[in-house]
Amino acid sequence: MPNLSPRVNLVLRSIVAALLGLGTFVARAADTMENAYWNMPKGVTEISHRVWWLHMYAFWICVVIGVLVFGVMFYSLFAHRRSKHPVPATFHESTTVEIAWTIAPFIILIAMAVPAAGTLIKMYDTRNADLTIKITGYQWKWQYEYVDQGVSFFSTLESKANAARQLHSGIDPKTVPNYLHDADNYLILPVGKKVRFLLTSDDVIHGWWVPDLAVKKDAIPGYINEMWAKIDEPGTYRGQCTVLCGRDHGFMPIVVKAVSEPEYEQWLAQQKGANAAPAPAAAATPAATEVAGAEPAPIPAASAPAAAPAADAAKPAAAAAPAKLGHDELVKNGEKIYASTCAACHQATGQGMKPAFPALVGSAVVAGPVDGHITQILKGKNAMPPFGPQLSDADVAAVATYERNSWGNHSGDVQPAQVAALRGK
Amino acid sequence: MAEAHAHDDHGHDHSHDHAHGPDKGIMRWIKTTNHKDLGTLYLWFSATMFIIGGLMSLAIRAELWQPGMQYFDPELFNQFTTMHALVMIFGGVMPGFVGLANWMVPMTIGASDLALPRVNNWGFWILPFAFTLLLSTFFLPGGAPAGGWTIYPPLVLQTGNSFPLLVFAIHLMGISSITGAINVVVTILNMRAPGMTLLKMPLFAWSWLITAYLLIAVMPVLAGAVTMLLTDKYFGTSFFNAAGGGDPVMFEHIFWFFGHPEVYILILPSFGIISTIIPTFARKPLFGYASMVYAMGSIAFLSFIVWAHHMFTVGIPLAGELFFMFSTMLIAVPTGVKVFNWVATMWQGSMTYETPMLFAVAFVFLFSIGGFSGLMLALAPVDFQYHNTYFVVAHFHYVLVPGAVFGIIAAVYYWIPKWTGVMYNETLGKVHFWWSVIWINVTFFPQHFVGLAGMPRRIPDYAVQFTDFNQISTIGAFLFFIGQFVFFYNILRCALWRTGMKPATARVWEGAYGLEWTVPSPAPYHTFEDPPHVTDAESPWAH
Repeated sequence: MPNLSPRVNLVLRSIVAALLGLGTFVARAADTMENAYWNMPKGVTEISHRVWWLHMYAFWICVVIGVLVFGVMFYSLFAHRRSKHPVPATFHESTTVEIAWTIAPFIILIAMAVPAAGTLIKMYDTRNADLTIKITGYQWKWQYEYVDQGVSFFSTLESKANAARQLHSGIDPKTVPNYLHDADNYLILPVGKKVRFLLTSDDVIHGWWVPDLAVKKDAIPGYINEMWAKIDEPGTYRGQCTVLCGRDHGFMPIVVKAVSEPEYEQWLAQQKGANAAPAPAAAATPAATEVAGAEPAPIPAASAPAAAPAADAAKPAAAAAPAKLGHDELVKNGEKIYASTCAACHQATGQGMKPAFPALVGSAVVAGPVDGHITQILKGKNAMPPFGPQLSDADVAAVATYERNSWGNHSGDVQPAQVAALRGK
Repeated sequence: MAEAHAHDDHGHDHSHDHAHGPDKGIMRWIKTTNHKDLGTLYLWFSATMFIIGGLMSLAIRAELWQPGMQYFDPELFNQFTTMHALVMIFGGVMPGFVGLANWMVPMTIGASDLALPRVNNWGFWILPFAFTLLLSTFFLPGGAPAGGWTIYPPLVLQTGNSFPLLVFAIHLMGISSITGAINVVVTILNMRAPGMTLLKMPLFAWSWLITAYLLIAVMPVLAGAVTMLLTDKYFGTSFFNAAGGGDPVMFEHIFWFFGHPEVYILILPSFGIISTIIPTFARKPLFGYASMVYAMGSIAFLSFIVWAHHMFTVGIPLAGELFFMFSTMLIAVPTGVKVFNWVATMWQGSMTYETPMLFAVAFVFLFSIGGFSGLMLALAPVDFQYHNTYFVVAHFHYVLVPGAVFGIIAAVYYWIPKWTGVMYNETLGKVHFWWSVIWINVTFFPQHFVGLAGMPRRIPDYAVQFTDFNQISTIGAFLFFIGQFVFFYNILRCALWRTGMKPATARVWEGAYGLEWTVPSPAPYHTFEDPPHVTDAESPWAH
């Protein structure tokens, strides 16, 4: 640049350097925007990648428009203030300009609408799925059913987090791994398979969301919603309920564990063996006959509560004579089930929350005849949902025993056989 | 604001009787049918509700300071989120706008009062009862409603003793809003000063005319929805009960058919306010007056055909999803026109930055940020990731706080010299502005990040990776709230403690146009008993 004065030369060089620097910064920023803790995760499915791309595309369009419009505005605020620009102009319309800035946004919108519609259409195509999972929302847990496989289990907040999240628990949530994003049982899925989800609810509306899969739908009673995911990478993907569903809405984690297909098949086979399936649908399948071959599952997450009762034959469908359980065993199991199933309303202290959730301390039901107590657990009453479909006979017996022997209550033990006798009445 | 005592010396000499002024003491306020008195009452009511709703938001932010449950049971937290929204929307923003309409619609169109003054009194005095009912539910066994302000069944049907009070309070608010809206429509269509054609009318009146039509159209829909909830709960119907053949999703459709126009009810009057303030301080007529009116009309029309974008995740069919996505995106066009017009009004003006102008400029900038996130939310496939997260919370707080609420604040600063006859303290005004604009962004901007990172809304506790942004947000919320007392002090000074303060001139702002500036400051108790003459000089936008 021979004809330029050194000063101009310096300015030009600075501008070029600044632009290069900015370019580097933008490139870096774009790079760190993938899976940054302040941005949408890019996820692990083709759909989630498309969604992430759309998100960033829309974002940058907004940034460019914003920089242009507000660049003009801030320039005007500076240059057209009274001390610099004492005599205002008088123009107040221009048909050409007004038409131009009506049409220009249309074109930008079309440029956004086309790829968005394309992605949406793909998301809605649930055909040709390799397997189907039925997801049911409950206050406040999820049930996963492997349709046509006879495998079904519930998934609730993991117990350490459940203890830490109690009011004034004194437990620092930072010491709990994956606080509120960990469950007792994971939804195990195979990678590389198109999984169709059928989503519904048993009580109020819930929302099932796993950000890494870009899958979110509402679980609505009376409706079955469909969505799908084909996960590319093995891994554990976490989310939680997204529709306000009552007191413990914040404590309904969703954990999906994607494993290789052989691992998945192995896990499924073990579940079929172990799954004593308190849910009647599952219990009615041939799987129920395979109980004898039950083995402890190698994937720790698969220690479903539904798997526990496999030890005894207290299945609603298989009306074999249930084993008698010892007091300590009943109370120990009962305490766990109480914490995950009952404590949300009746509280860990058994004090309840009047008037909606009655206290169990000194309760007439808990202190009264065993049959009434069992029936209320199985069938529910008023705001209390029926727990019969969720809990096995052994579970109900354990939790009833726990309630009858805690907080100063002393009204005896309950055996699975007593529950079995009342179920279905 | 409380300026309205009897001025018998306001230069009128009419044959009709003026001997008695309003009642003295409390009875003046209970019996008043004067639009200025009622405007004042509405505005104080709104301020009270902003404080109550603000305290609830601080309770929410305090619990969200760190993971774990520190102060409240989750059920009480849900009550706070639910009541915060109901109080802010129906008690804060809407009565605030109605108060401004009471004061300024008659004065800007040259009418002596609203057309139906007794209805006006009734419309206001319903509100304290409605909100006493609603807020009293906190003290009932079982507490306040906790199902969210969207009151979706079946969850809301689990509400205990407070449920019928919630329904009744919503009915009362609806009646109040509808009476106010009818009053505005009748006044504007019948009582404009001679010569003021609709397209010479100031934009604040235009914005309220459109808002009033929206209110009349949708408040009855909400009333119907809550009545169906009531019969579902107590009279054995199954409108929304799937087990009885009903449909919970139908409630969402009905609610959002009300709810989306409702969110424009919460912003359109602010559009009118900003369109009034920017030309004044730019000393230049509003750019594109006619297109501003058409843009508001288009926004109002579109508001009726976009409701299901609140429901992208309920599983509506693909065709419906596409329709609502496209129609929602269209809203960006008229909204963009408005923003461009505001910027073009500033362009080549001769601007000064008194407090109302500062709030107006912040409105244009920050409301647009809410508009941008709204455009992103309109894209259905991406909305699956945004829906019901803090990204949405950030979005609607950007359009509601630096949008609707900054509009109300700007209007109060702009017109309070006219109401009280004295200037507010400009230094305190500027302190209030900078304090507010900084902390409102500290409060709500990080919520975009934490929402994108996966934090759902309406949760009392969260995963530990969301802690940093939540703490920033909580700090911002507390400081923003405290700063508002500077504003309240500034108003109280003008309204109650104004002895010795510098009187305001009739025109107040040198660049101001409109009939309200042709009457003295403070405005006499009765204005425009003789219809004013509308001159081109007072409507420079229209020629």
